[in-house]
Amino acid sequence: MDIEHLAKLARLKLTDAEKEKFSNQMGTIIEYIEKLGELDTENVEPTANVLGLSNVFREDVVTEPLTNQVPINDSPAHSKGHYEVPKII
Amino acid sequence: MHRTTITQARELLHSKKLSSVQLTEAVFARIDAVEDKVKAYAHLMREKALEQAKDADVKIAKGEELPLLGVPIALKDLICTQGSRTTCASKILDQFVAPYNAMVVNQLNAAGAVIVGKTNMDEFAMGSSNENSSQHPTMNPWALDRVPGGSSGGSAAAVAAHECIAALGSDTGGSIRQPAAFCGVTGLKPTYGRVSRFGLVAFASSLDQIGPITKSVADAAILLNVIGGKDIQDSTSANVPLPDFTQALNQDVKGMKLGIPKEYFTGGMQPEVEKAVQEGIRTLESLGMQTVEVSLPHLDYAVAAYYIIACAEASTNLSRYDGVKYGYRSSKSDNLVNMYENTREEGFGEEVKRRIILGTFVLSSGYYDAYYLKGQQVRTLIKQDFESALEKCDVIAAPVTPYPAFKIGEKMDDPLQMYLADIYTISANLAGIPAMSIPCGFVGGENLPVGLQLMGKHFDEESLIAVGHKFQQATHFHTQQAPV
Repeated sequence: MDIEHLAKLARLKLTDAEKEKFSNQMGTIIEYIEKLGELDTENVEPTANVLGLSNVFREDVVTEPLTNQVPINDSPAHSKGHYEVPKII
Repeated sequence: MHRTTITQARELLHSKKLSSVQLTEAVFARIDAVEDKVKAYAHLMREKALEQAKDADVKIAKGEELPLLGVPIALKDLICTQGSRTTCASKILDQFVAPYNAMVVNQLNAAGAVIVGKTNMDEFAMGSSNENSSQHPTMNPWALDRVPGGSSGGSAAAVAAHECIAALGSDTGGSIRQPAAFCGVTGLKPTYGRVSRFGLVAFASSLDQIGPITKSVADAAILLNVIGGKDIQDSTSANVPLPDFTQALNQDVKGMKLGIPKEYFTGGMQPEVEKAVQEGIRTLESLGMQTVEVSLPHLDYAVAAYYIIACAEASTNLSRYDGVKYGYRSSKSDNLVNMYENTREEGFGEEVKRRIILGTFVLSSGYYDAYYLKGQQVRTLIKQDFESALEKCDVIAAPVTPYPAFKIGEKMDDPLQMYLADIYTISANLAGIPAMSIPCGFVGGENLPVGLQLMGKHFDEESLIAVGHKFQQATHFHTQQAPV
C-alpha cells in the first residue's frame, strides 16, 4: 500500500514517523480484513442502509433559514461576508 | 442528591422536596469534588445550567409537567449545542460553536432538562478507551488507573460518578454499550433511525446512533421517550410509531424467549466475565424466560466488515474539515492545498488519521470492489443472521466485552487488538438493531463491573426495556456505587 499516495488523496501531510508507523499498522489491519475473502458473496446484495430506505421525500415548505452571516462567522478567516483562503493559482 | 436517578429526581422535584436549582447545584458540587480525578467532562455549562434550573423551578411552581423538568443531563461533546462549544475532543474543532442545536438538544430543552455540560470522548468517537481525546483521558470511577471505555467514556464515567443524573452518548460500534459495561451503568443504543442524527457530528453515517446512558433501565426508557421520533431534518430517521417506552417497564417477561448465540460463547471471554454473563442469563431464566440456542455464524467477520465500512464513511465525512468553513486553520500555509494538508495534519490526532487513511484505501480506485463492496455484502449476511436468529427468540443475550476495563495505556500501541475488543458490540450496528448493556456482575480484586448485552428486533426497544427492567428489579448490580 502506497501510504504517500493515500495521504495525498486524503489531504493529510503525514510526518516521516507517521508514514512508517501507519505503513506497518495498515499492513496488519489489511491482512486481517482480507479474511472477508473466505466468504462467497457472489449473489449477495450489498447493504448501505439497514432499513432499506432509498429516496425520502417531504413537502417543500419554506422555513426560516440561517442568514449567510451565521455560518461565515464560524470561519477561521472571512471578510465582507465571504470566506478567505490562501492563493489558489 | 446527586446520586438520584431520573425517576427519583422527578418525584423529589414534583413533590417540591427539592428544587431544580438545589439539585443542579448539588451536581456541580459533586463535579467540583471528583472531576479532578475522573475528568469526565470536556467543558461545563454551569451558568446556563443554573438559568435552566431556575426556569424549571418556575415551571414546577406553576404545576407544569414535563418528562425531564429540572433534571441535570450531560451530553457527549459531539452533539451540537447552539452558543456553546462542540469540540468532538479534536483540536480541529477546539473552538467550534455550532450555529444550531442538534434535534435531541431541542427535544431535551422542550422536555425541561438542565444541560450540565459536554462530556469527553475519543476524538470524533473513534476509539474504545477515551485515550484518543485531544484534551485529556477520562478515568474509570471504579478504578482510576483504568479506562472508562469509549468512545462515550466521558458520559458513562459522569453517570457512574454521579456528575450528572443521566447522559446522552452515541454508538457507532459499541460506543454507548462498552463504556456503560466498563463503568457499571445502563447504556441503550436504539434502532438505527429511531433517534434523529440531525446535529450529531458524523463519524460513520450508516452506523451512528444517539442513545441514553443512565443509572437504570427505567431512566433509559424515560430518555428514549424524549429523544425518539421521526425528524424531517434527518432523512434516515424512521417514520415509525413512537410508543411510550415506560409502558414496557410493566411488561411481564414470563414465557418470552431468550436467544443464546453459541458463537459468542466459544472461549473468547475472560472466564470471570463469562461466568458473570452466564449468571445473568440464569437470572433471566429464573424470571420465567425460556432460553433457546441461536446461531450468528458470521460473527468472526463483523470486525473486518465494520472497520471497512466505518473507516470508508469516516474518510468521506471528515473531508469537510478543510480549514475554510469552520474549525481550526493552520497558519503555516502559502497556498490552498498546503493549507488543507497542514490544517488536517495539525488538527487531527493519530487514530483519526489512521482511520482516514484506511478508509481512503478501501475506497480507492482498484480496491473498492475487493474491500468496500465486499464489506457491504458481508454486512447483509450479518443482518440476515440476526433476522433469522430473532425469528426464534424475542431478545438475544450476549456479552458486551471480552474483559473488564483495562489499564490506561495498556492497548494504545496495537490498534488491531483495540479493534478486536469490539467484537461483541459491532454486529448490532451493522444490523441496525437495538442493543443495551446492563450491569450483571463485578470481577477481580478491584471489583470491576461487567455488562450483559440484550439485543432485539428492529424498533423493538420495548422488549429490551422490559427484560432489562425485570433484571434490575431482581438484582442490585446497577445500584452499586463506584468508589470515587
